[in-house]
Amino acid sequence: MLQKIYDWVDERLDITPMWRDIADHEVPEHVNPAHHFSAFVYCFGGLTFFVTVIQILSGMFLAMYYVPDIVNAYESVYYLQNEVTFGVIVRGMHHWGASLVIVMMFLHTLRVFFTGSYKKPRELNWVVGVLIFFVMLGLGFTGYLLPWDMKAYFATVVGLEIAEAVPVVGTFAKTLLAGGEIIGAQTLTRFYAIHVFFLPGALLGLLGAHFYMIRKQGISGPL
Amino acid sequence: MSEKEHKVSRRQFLTYTLTGVGGFMAAGMLMPMARFALDPALQAGGDTDFIRVTSVDDLTEEPQRFNFTIEQEDAWYTSDVDRVAWVYREGDEIVALSPVCTHLGCTVNWEGNEDYPEQFYCPCHFGRFEKDGTNVPNTPPTRPLDVYEMEIRDGDLYLGRTVQR
Ligand code: HEM
Ligand code: FES
Repeated sequence: MLQKIYDWVDERLDITPMWRDIADHEVPEHVNPAHHFSAFVYCFGGLTFFVTVIQILSGMFLAMYYVPDIVNAYESVYYLQNEVTFGVIVRGMHHWGASLVIVMMFLHTLRVFFTGSYKKPRELNWVVGVLIFFVMLGLGFTGYLLPWDMKAYFATVVGLEIAEAVPVVGTFAKTLLAGGEIIGAQTLTRFYAIHVFFLPGALLGLLGAHFYMIRKQGISGPL
Repeated sequence: MSEKEHKVSRRQFLTYTLTGVGGFMAAGMLMPMARFALDPALQAGGDTDFIRVTSVDDLTEEPQRFNFTIEQEDAWYTSDVDRVAWVYREGDEIVALSPVCTHLGCTVNWEGNEDYPEQFYCPCHFGRFEKDGTNVPNTPPTRPLDVYEMEIRDGDLYLGRTVQR
């Protein structure tokens, strides 16, 4: 049945070369854990992407219930976690996934570092990776405020004071990020917009560049 | 059946197991999110309290409009919402009609159009209902106005949920 549908589409649109070009490559021996078990370190990049997909999916579903307003934010998070079926699980995926994605990204970076994969011709991909790292930190920082409880609020107070400590532009940066003098209504809406639109958009663009370069340059050779 | 017909190649075996395990893991990940999103559609409707609307002595043969307030729980937001009932008495019987048009939900008014006395009138698509709430044939509504569940305690009228007839 599925095969028939596939054949029907393929006959008209010739889709086989498209997915083969993307997906059908032999895994080199030095990258394949079936040959050398230690090659599992090459999985960390894929695992980082996997957790990112979970973040995006669970985040989209959380946004069905969450409201970025200082009166209702906490109540809506409480409701989605305690009243909605599987709310604990979906929020739990997003909550723990946010830390796990940083762990995975760090392990992936270590692998790239110790295999020397950042060297010519892959310098640009290292640069893109560092940008992804900053975007991830930004997602963690802005997302942390959203539940609007004491921990969220004071973490943001501290974070913005750190921004303020930057010479010359510090005060400006803090006011811009907080959306005014107080950390309140405008900070929450701003962080929400940054968390769910701006940074995920930037992230997808950077991931696209990351994967395009890998496809173009191939995986780096054995040590 | 012979052994031959059941031969599964190594490639097939791997395809089946990997798709099976992968599908199981994907389902484990997606199922909580799907159920989470479906929750409002699967939740049982809550009970409604009966609210005092008027004293029975104030009711007349002519439908009168009564406003009352219910406490509505909408997820994390609890608020007072206004409700309207058209109530009249006929001998010993009391009828309390919902003002929500059964066509597409606009609000009907008793004698809302001077061309149609003794009828409820809906301005949206000119729907009409008799005094007892039955829809007038050849106007858009297809069923009578809903009625409120009611209780009478110490000479006062209390209204609850609306029910379809
Ligand atoms: C398109 C992608 C995303 C969307 C739509 C999204 C949406 C949301 C929403 C609505 C909340 C508030 C609900 C809650 O706190 O439980 C939230 C919280 C949060 N998000 Fe995201 N998110 C996305 C991606 C990410 C990523 C990639 C990260 C981490 C690197 C992240 C980190 C966080 C954190 C740390 C919280 C606070 C969680 C908690 O305290 O429970 N988000 N996100
Ligand atoms: S909504 Fe009342 S007639 Fe259409």
